[in-house]
Amino acid sequence: MSRISPLFEQLRQQNRTALIPYITAGDPHPDATVGIMHALVEGGADMIELGVPFSDPMADGPVIAAAHERALAHHVGLIHVLDMVKSFRETNLKTPVILMGYQNPIEAMGTDRFAELAQAAGLDGVLTVDLPPEEAEPASKAYRAVGIDPIFLIAPTTHAERVRHIAKVASGFIYYVSLKGVTGASNLDTDALASRLQEIRSDCGLPVGVGFGIRNAETAAAVGKVADAVIIGSALVQLIADSAAVTNTDNWATLRQKLQDFMAQIRIALDKKTQN
Amino acid sequence: MDNPENRKINPTIAAFDAATFNFAQYPDEHGRFGEFGGKYVAETLMEAIQELQDAYAKFRNDPELIREFETDLRDYVGRPSAMYYAARMSEAYGAQIWLKREDLNHTGAHKINNAIGQALLAKRLGKTRIIAETGAGQHGVATATVAARLGLECVVYMGSEDVARQQPNVFRMKLLGAKVVPVESGTRTLKDALNEAMRDWVTNVDNTFYIIGTVAGPHPYPQMVRDFQSVIGKEARAQMLEKTGRLPDAIVACVGGGSNAIGIFHAFLNDKDVALYGAEAGGDGVATGRHAAPLTAGRPGVLHGNRTYLMEDENGQIIGTHSISAGLDYPGVGPEHSWLKDLGRVTYDAITDAEAMSAFHDVMRYEGIIPALESAHAVAYAKKLAPQYGKDKIILVNLSGRGDKDINTVAKMEGINL
Ligand SMILES: Cc1ncc(COP(=O)(O)O)c(C=O)c1O
Repeated sequence: MSRISPLFEQLRQQNRTALIPYITAGDPHPDATVGIMHALVEGGADMIELGVPFSDPMADGPVIAAAHERALAHHVGLIHVLDMVKSFRETNLKTPVILMGYQNPIEAMGTDRFAELAQAAGLDGVLTVDLPPEEAEPASKAYRAVGIDPIFLIAPTTHAERVRHIAKVASGFIYYVSLKGVTGASNLDTDALASRLQEIRSDCGLPVGVGFGIRNAETAAAVGKVADAVIIGSALVQLIADSAAVTNTDNWATLRQKLQDFMAQIRIALDKKTQN
Repeated sequence: MDNPENRKINPTIAAFDAATFNFAQYPDEHGRFGEFGGKYVAETLMEAIQELQDAYAKFRNDPELIREFETDLRDYVGRPSAMYYAARMSEAYGAQIWLKREDLNHTGAHKINNAIGQALLAKRLGKTRIIAETGAGQHGVATATVAARLGLECVVYMGSEDVARQQPNVFRMKLLGAKVVPVESGTRTLKDALNEAMRDWVTNVDNTFYIIGTVAGPHPYPQMVRDFQSVIGKEARAQMLEKTGRLPDAIVACVGGGSNAIGIFHAFLNDKDVALYGAEAGGDGVATGRHAAPLTAGRPGVLHGNRTYLMEDENGQIIGTHSISAGLDYPGVGPEHSWLKDLGRVTYDAITDAEAMSAFHDVMRYEGIIPALESAHAVAYAKKLAPQYGKDKIILVNLSGRGDKDINTVAKMEGINL
């Protein structure tokens, strides 16, 4: 079993919402990523979602697509991303790490080889954006065989029967895409979200994380009241894009601090739910 | 770099007999052609794709819609397109060269056949907004044209490099009322335009219909676009029988995404004595790596919603392509072509920029026709085949479009400032 289900079980007992930051591996520089991962944990991350750079990130908006381009300028490939997970694990055996990416880099490596290396690196889950359940079974089987959770998306348009099917093939948690659009879009309606999550829960026993469109502590807190996990991507990646660290390696420490502070703010807002 | 043998997942099927094989049965219900095709899209698009699949399944069995489609092809596009014996080219090349004149269609290429078909579906689904990607601009023009006719909003995504090299078509789209959005990401060509169109579709899925311009994308697009384009081969087969009393010995078409090629090939797949050839863009030559010939030099992978042959590096990143022809400048290819390659039914090979340029001049000087640079690749391949076939044999070339749009590119290649 991966670290994901135990984490959600523990958080459930504490009545806390998981905080999951997303960053693109290798952005702003491959040597910066592991340090950033540790800083995110310091700031309160319960799990880390690492984007695998791809030349054609079709489901990502401009902010994350640009992060992919920055990482690709350093030729970061899947094999390097697994190396990053491995070195993160040298000092952190607790925080689950999942990859989010596209199918082609995985196939180029070979699904079985990827599963084997991912297990060795200490990876916990894989979310392949362009691999819906219809196409996923061979890969999911390889992941389950090595104790890695295949994680799937549910969209606002996914109907109940499909939700039930996805709940069967997924493990770890379900990633609910909170709005129509690519990553980084910004029109999140939290009331509609609450009723939609209730529907999903009646069809699906897994914890539900909500991502896309959460960019500040206020929205995170609102979403955190109804979701099991809050996923924050574009807002963090934008902080990286805006920092001098993109061009200057001397600024990595400043960047880490900035990201950690941002996370800590969200953490505080999320944890308020426990107190009232 | 790539070793195509590494990941060849569907080696030529041993017991394959082209004469009796039921090609029409493909794709299967999962949208697959053997190992190729499928629906590799984010969950956010699955509902829209299912809606499209259902709508298209109805269309295929709806006599009224089919009649409407055929009427439009006749009265608006000007079909059937002519089948022309190229006498001087035949003399020069050494085989009987016939041209299927898709260049004579309204808007100047085969692309309009598909745009008309998908527009009928868009109307049926009550969509109010149409989007498209385009490379050479021919599909963008075709889409802007059908959108104008239906009075629908139209947005066309086009790589900024293509915007620069296909200015006449950019202006035509604007005149037709479309908004042309230059795409600055990635390699700034057709594949990036497709990414951007997909992003738009995910965001505006409620009111928007995405008209894909070739036999790529997730199921049902490869099937649907093939069906709309297969009119080319149906006409050509009948015309050839009528004019010569027999079938051609070989058919050649250029392959970008592969829609004009599948369009002309499809009616001939069971005619096992008709050899089928697809000419990919060889750019500076396949050996240089600067080309757009995934079937010739790529390997299978997943891009833009389907599994197919791709140009990629060892990390599975899609690599930048190169071709003089914007319409062929694409690192993937329709999944049915990948399957036909592995089945051994179609032979795919690459034609360099220089060979295509030379054929471009041939068609102009021998026949008084300006071919699209894309189509010139098919002509160049026919030129190579002709000596092997000889003067009693018939080679049918799909002249997929006219080359007015390419005049600036040709002038530039030859150091002339217009
Ligand atoms: C005239 C012409 N031929 C061929 C193509 C290549 O597309 P396909 O391979 O889908 O026919 C294009 C694409 O723009 C085109 O404009």
